[in-house]
Amino acid sequence: MSSAIRKNCFLISKLFKNVNNCSKRLSSHFIYFPDNEKPVDGETSKMNMMQAINNAMDITLKNDPTAVVFGEDVAFGGVFRCALGLQEKYGKDRVFNTPLCEQGIAGFGIGLATAGATAIAEIQFADYIFPAFDQLVNEAAKARYRSGGQFDCGALTVRTPCSAVGHGGLYHSQSPEAFFAHVPGLKVVVPRGPIAAKGLLLSCIRERDPCIFLEPKILYRSAAEEVPLEDYTLPLGEAQLLKEGDAATLIGWGTQVHVLLEVAQMAEEELGIKCDVIDLQSILPWDEDTVCNSVKKTGRCLISHEAPLTSGFGAELAATIQEECFLHLEAPIARVTGWDAPFPHVFEPFYLPDKWRCYHTLAELVKY
Amino acid sequence: MALKTSAGFLRLKHLKQVVRLLSAHTRPETVINGGKPAEFPGAKAPYVTQMKFLNETSYDPIPIYRVMENNGEIIDSREEPNIENETLINMYNTMVQLNNMDKILYESQRQGRISFYMTNYCEEGIHVGSAAALSPRDLVFAQYREVGVFLYRGVTVTELVNQCYGNHEDPGKGRQMPVHYGSKQFNLVTISSPLATQMPQAVGAAYAFKRVPNNDRCVICFFGEGAASEGDAHAAFNFAATLDCPVIMFCRNNGYAISTPAIEQYRGDGIAARGPSLGIQTVRVDGTDLLAVYNAVSRAREYAVTNNKPVLIEAMSYRVGHHSTSDDSSAYRSLEEIKKWNTDESPVQKFKLYLEHKGLWDVESDKTWNKEARNIVIKTMQEAEKKKLPNWKEMLEDVYYDMPPRIQKQMQQMEEHLKKYPEHYPLDQYQSD
Repeated sequence: MSSAIRKNCFLISKLFKNVNNCSKRLSSHFIYFPDNEKPVDGETSKMNMMQAINNAMDITLKNDPTAVVFGEDVAFGGVFRCALGLQEKYGKDRVFNTPLCEQGIAGFGIGLATAGATAIAEIQFADYIFPAFDQLVNEAAKARYRSGGQFDCGALTVRTPCSAVGHGGLYHSQSPEAFFAHVPGLKVVVPRGPIAAKGLLLSCIRERDPCIFLEPKILYRSAAEEVPLEDYTLPLGEAQLLKEGDAATLIGWGTQVHVLLEVAQMAEEELGIKCDVIDLQSILPWDEDTVCNSVKKTGRCLISHEAPLTSGFGAELAATIQEECFLHLEAPIARVTGWDAPFPHVFEPFYLPDKWRCYHTLAELVKY
Repeated sequence: MALKTSAGFLRLKHLKQVVRLLSAHTRPETVINGGKPAEFPGAKAPYVTQMKFLNETSYDPIPIYRVMENNGEIIDSREEPNIENETLINMYNTMVQLNNMDKILYESQRQGRISFYMTNYCEEGIHVGSAAALSPRDLVFAQYREVGVFLYRGVTVTELVNQCYGNHEDPGKGRQMPVHYGSKQFNLVTISSPLATQMPQAVGAAYAFKRVPNNDRCVICFFGEGAASEGDAHAAFNFAATLDCPVIMFCRNNGYAISTPAIEQYRGDGIAARGPSLGIQTVRVDGTDLLAVYNAVSRAREYAVTNNKPVLIEAMSYRVGHHSTSDDSSAYRSLEEIKKWNTDESPVQKFKLYLEHKGLWDVESDKTWNKEARNIVIKTMQEAEKKKLPNWKEMLEDVYYDMPPRIQKQMQQMEEHLKKYPEHYPLDQYQSD
């Protein structure tokens, strides 16, 4: 088979010599800004985000005998290979494939957590999490509340790859954080890179509430940092101020943080202004203090996310910011987001809130 | 004790008989309930005094219906379908066309010309056998690995390649990833990536057909054995049965859902075993035997349309290719395992031998058609690459029937943005106003 394929490949590449190559795949829409600050001292190793997530699960499986990792195709590492090698290391009863059923994965995880195990569930793509919506929204989120605090499933963490990847189209690109941000009882987290991913994932796993951990899939391999090898956590509910300035506050999460860091750099060079850049990290609950203190200082705010504008999480931020910072605002709060359409395949360069759209909006914002 | 199955459809009645046999086996001398069966709303069954658990070994495995041997010879001449020679050749040609398209588009993805592709190797007989047995007016809900059905229905290689390129001649307007084909003209509902979502939809469509006076149409729904694990699959079977829908639920059991083998996907006797338990006529066929698939679908179709009832077909096969271009199956299976499905059990090979036995095909005609089929794809790709992508404004069309003011405003914003920053967008690759 493989030799047949190779042979064909050769023949076909020969045939293709005369074909115009006008549709080269688009390169990535952002520059990655690695973290230079280490959350803890000690030995580090260069890891991409996939490896950092793998490392967090490895630490958990090693130290917590009740912990299990499961989901579709997880046995061989999962389609993005985040669980690579873990089954070999910890056995088939701890790292395993489930049947192809997201509602089953979520419900099974709730059950594990209810019975005292640490459950790390993988949903293959965030776009496919919706069959599990009922289990997560009606069950996981409400377990403690409805039982008067007798039961909970805080030991459940659902990991899932999200957001744009360059060619994912409708069903491999979505950023569903706002759906889950509307659910009291859930915690929702989006890391921006390997160091953040490891610390935040370990926090989610140990958190007393169920967590949805959305992993921007484009960062799995494109983002690499010196990640501390030891066990560390990063606090949930806290944003990180990555860059300081006084002209405006730029807020994002996941991949979009890197777009905003570049925009801040462009604004510095082109407009001679400096901006605060905040990585929200925790979508629910979110860090009102860091955000509002920054906006009170700068008087201007730009929020950016890949998900559509209408009812995106930016709407919640904007509403709170105007309540809390009304008298400090020098301009209306701006949102640069995906458009109100499904995520399209060949139109991705026009759909994303790229650096040019963000830069233009920022320039207008400071002129206001 | 064992359920005697024939190659025909299993009936719920048969299962009831088994329970009767089981109970007869253990029935005591005393008569329970005056010899009358129980009359619970949820079950009409005899009472017994001895408890017995049933499991997958309580029944014989559902047999696999075959018409041809691997060498292309007909096993039982009464089962050889009566298909015109010209049609037989067209069926074979479609499989070869499909193979050539798979080879070339797979490679073109490797070269970065298209973003994604999925091959169909070893399932060609399922596609063509089922498509040939249906009426062109029957509505098809496909999963994503059924492009042979599209080809057989008359969708051209050009249309399929245009979809993979997402150029302005893609009927889907460049919005979906490659292999998400659809054709209203040929009654092929556009493919969507989420698994099993098409299953209850197909059942609903069948219900709508049933209500049309003098209906002569049915619906066929393709799904994999992996998708059958989704909640939607159970919903679909149960709705189809209880609402008496003329739908053929066609499972392509190719042994793998990405890396997950069937043994980790389900226990018990496969997907077929779920049919009788839910009151659905069921048959299991050899999916590598095109004629077996053809017979199963034609009889299922006749039954579904005549009786307004669902049929479940489980076609056994093997996924010879990787799941998709995003997958490398060498990480979870051996080349050795694949070999037999690519040679002796190849549906294309078997059908070719059948045609050769009938004197309809020979080495020379095979060579000629293979070459032509390949050239069709290459030529189409060369043309597809030159075609521009659709106007970027298509990104915001069709979200609603009428574009709401809010989206109109967003389109205007983007238009102004592109006027100001045209050099940062690949506008030359897209059609302009």
